[in-house]
Amino acid sequence: MTLLIAILSILFIVLTVMVVSKTQAILKGLTKSEVEESEYLGAPDKFNSANGVGLFAFWIISIIGIVWSFIAYKKDFLPEASSVHGKETDYWFWVSMIVIMIGFFIVNTFLFLFSYLYRHNKNRKVTFYTHNNNLEIIWTTVPAIVMAGLVFSGLRVWTKITSEAPANAEQIDIMGKQFGWTVRYAGVDDNTFGKYNYKLMDDAGGNPMGVDFSDPNSFDDFANASEMHIPKGKPVLLKIRARDVLHSVFIPHMRVKMDAVPGMPTKFWFVADKSTEEMRSELGKPEFNYEIACTEICGRSHFGMKLLLVVDEPADYEKWKKSQKPLLTENPDLLTKVPDNLKAKAQKYVASDEPAVEAVPEVVASSVLGNSSKVLK
Amino acid sequence: MSAVSQVEVHEHSEHAHEEHHELGFIRKYIFSEDHKVIAKQYLISGIVWALLGAFMSVVFRLQLGFPDMDMAWMKPFLGDWISLDDKGLGKLDPNFYLALVTMHGTIMVFFVLTAGLSGTFSNFLIPLQIGARDMASGFMNMLSYWIFFISSVIMFISLFIKTGPAGGSWVIYPPLSALKEANPGSGDGMTLWLVAMALFIVSSLLGGINYVTTVINLRTKGMSMDKLPLTIWAFTFTAVLGILSFPVLLSAALLLIFDRSFGTSFYLSDIYINGQALPNQGGSPILFQHLFWFLGHPEVYIVILPALGLTSEIIATNSRKPIFGYKAMIFSMAGIMFLAFIVWAHHMFVTGMNPFLGSVFMLLTLIIAVPSAVKGFNYITTLWKGNIIFTPAMLFAIGLVSFFISGGLTGIILGNSALDIQLHDTYFVVAHFHLVMGSAAIFGMLAGVYHWFPKMFGRMMNNAMGYIHFWITFIGVYLVFFPMHYIGIAGFPRRYYQWSGFETFNTYMDLNAFITIAAIITVFAQMVFIFNFVYSIFWGKKASANPWKSNTLEWTTPINPGHGNWPGEIPTVYRWPYDYSKPGAPDDFIPQNIPFSATPESNLPEENELIEKEKEINSIKFDTSLHD
Repeated sequence: MTLLIAILSILFIVLTVMVVSKTQAILKGLTKSEVEESEYLGAPDKFNSANGVGLFAFWIISIIGIVWSFIAYKKDFLPEASSVHGKETDYWFWVSMIVIMIGFFIVNTFLFLFSYLYRHNKNRKVTFYTHNNNLEIIWTTVPAIVMAGLVFSGLRVWTKITSEAPANAEQIDIMGKQFGWTVRYAGVDDNTFGKYNYKLMDDAGGNPMGVDFSDPNSFDDFANASEMHIPKGKPVLLKIRARDVLHSVFIPHMRVKMDAVPGMPTKFWFVADKSTEEMRSELGKPEFNYEIACTEICGRSHFGMKLLLVVDEPADYEKWKKSQKPLLTENPDLLTKVPDNLKAKAQKYVASDEPAVEAVPEVVASSVLGNSSKVLK
Repeated sequence: MSAVSQVEVHEHSEHAHEEHHELGFIRKYIFSEDHKVIAKQYLISGIVWALLGAFMSVVFRLQLGFPDMDMAWMKPFLGDWISLDDKGLGKLDPNFYLALVTMHGTIMVFFVLTAGLSGTFSNFLIPLQIGARDMASGFMNMLSYWIFFISSVIMFISLFIKTGPAGGSWVIYPPLSALKEANPGSGDGMTLWLVAMALFIVSSLLGGINYVTTVINLRTKGMSMDKLPLTIWAFTFTAVLGILSFPVLLSAALLLIFDRSFGTSFYLSDIYINGQALPNQGGSPILFQHLFWFLGHPEVYIVILPALGLTSEIIATNSRKPIFGYKAMIFSMAGIMFLAFIVWAHHMFVTGMNPFLGSVFMLLTLIIAVPSAVKGFNYITTLWKGNIIFTPAMLFAIGLVSFFISGGLTGIILGNSALDIQLHDTYFVVAHFHLVMGSAAIFGMLAGVYHWFPKMFGRMMNNAMGYIHFWITFIGVYLVFFPMHYIGIAGFPRRYYQWSGFETFNTYMDLNAFITIAAIITVFAQMVFIFNFVYSIFWGKKASANPWKSNTLEWTTPINPGHGNWPGEIPTVYRWPYDYSKPGAPDDFIPQNIPFSATPESNLPEENELIEKEKEINSIKFDTSLHD
């Protein structure tokens, strides 16, 4: 690389020297003749035609280059959409792309063609043509109509995507922090999130998400900082938050993007329609994984904020959820945060080795607490 | 003043003129109140900043194109920002990468394309093209430049402090920019950034108020608004945009300063950082984004409108043909100016803003494409059946039109909130705005420099070097930004130090390397311009008074216009500025100061009727002297 730069800079120095010496030679010839006040110095010079032809030639070569590069690089455009709404936005992306490419080719062609056709010629008589209101009306209306079409298609899709999530949506609490993502699930016992509060966040104490353990709904909540699982074919509602600076959840294959804002929870719901396994076999890449990235600048390791996304078949998803250990089980020290009157209920998650204890309180938990306020809604 | 006869006014102005000749070097060239000198000061400051901004882009492009490159050779001038690993391989510090991206954006948008472009050409051309001795307030004008200069110095100093300059990208979204713990660039670098920008805004307001006042009050006899060159219309609209939107950025910055230094919570809420929960609650980071983009979006028009204005003038002159649809051009600029204020939230579709607002802003955003399209069509129709002279200025103007079209079209996709979900904050956005506003505006500025250089410095720039400069830059810009769309469509996020951590973004290494090489070539091609510029100031070919055979008033001044611009009386204006190749006229141009009574052979029927009015125009008495 250093070599390349060295070569380039030498090239430019040589080029500059050449131009300078040439210029000086030209200038020497010119300084002799006195400049008149009214001299027409801007008259077309000997390069005029070459420049006009050059502009058109540039355009022809560009068209070839654009077509070739488009074909050559197309395979990585818009990575295979794996969500229901993603297929729709992709469709409209390509519709809009075709519309603007038509505009691009027509307008640029006129620009460069006119540059070529009307390059200076002593004998040409210029048409004194100052305005034409009909033309103005036409080229105001045509773009306006095209825009209106695109706007309405866009509005329809946008309204659908941002509508309220279906009631049966699988909810996931996803939190961005410098520099990583953590996801939390409502748990298999009560399927309800426990409250959280940023003042309870404590990295050292094993509670980075600020889960409130005085809320019994949080006892069975489990979290994961390396991968997020979602079921295929079922609506998933991401409840997005950040705890330090702005982040943005970006799932390229799902066409999902939503900022994570400290102090203002955001959301995005979607339906994944291809499991990780299906995608692997479709792409022929056994190593393939969906990924979640951050797209709002958040500091030094912004580029490293990755979370794996696994799309499971619904049955596998349920199985995976059952296999996850609640936060209390993972970190029994958190029991100290549980108020005394709830300690008994919490105890079963800490002492989860005994199957008998597990079965009984489950009923209690779902019947007594199942209808309690849904904190995150 | 009507009691004073024409002669007296004339004498007075002569008198004032002489007085100013006694100015010393400092008052004449440094703390000058002459709009032409101030314009040159802005131009040279702008060029210096542009070079700095361009070299920064080379450094981060190297990182993006060749992430495994050994950067140890940059250690002599980047110091600790290059860290050596145990094998002695130099790596760019990721924090410094962010700082570079931030400063590149800030410098280019504000210091080059706002101050360098508007500052140069509004100052230079407004008095010359409307027929005024100087700006309405020379003192405010001087103040405007020197406050900009102080702002520049502060921003420049921030590059050298230990924690580095601001690093939260040019949009400085809090909480990242508000919390010192979040990023080294949010420490002293950010403080200096905010101070520099606050001063910048003051400077910009002083300039803008002056431009508008001058255009409204100091037009010469006969220069009614419908005879103003499109450049002046563009500068006026730009100034209005700046006056109404920059104060909002100032308030945004002020509240950020409060949050950073005085413990307020305008933008901060529910934050846990460095193992500590902060007490701030109730603020909203989204509030900052609304305030920022309320300037930020008009800002892109502040950048592009003057460039379009300059282009209108250059294309008409060099096509030897009137600009097509003069009134349509004014109305579309007015439309753009108005709509520019109500589209800001299209930068915020996926920030968690209410989706209904997203719908409204999407509608308004796509409307703004219409006047922009009209402008493009009018430029192209101006070329049609013209007789085009490809001066370097004309080539750059045509390049601008091409960039404006190519880059503007992708805006239609980004302005569509449903499609923006995938493309927001990817390289698609980077490619879009670098074409439509970055490169287009830079091309407008370069076209302006080539075109008005003879009036600024009394010498011509070298054409051959101009052509070389144009061709390398034009091709280079397309080679950099066209493939960048592909990278964006593939989903590559912006402001990433490298992409190899993600399997999804682990393609297109070849394209990134290609873009980097194209960018380096393009940046180094600017040296041809720098050389041409400096060389021509001192040793260029002597210019004539009207080298392009142009119609506007600045070309009726002497080769080196002195203080007060015209040695005698200011010319009177009788016609619009675009009488090129008028049928029947002996020459292919008729300057604005030629009365219709002098050109009976080429007058249109309605123009013959205007001959009657000439006496009326002549009998207007203005006091055009300079007040001290």
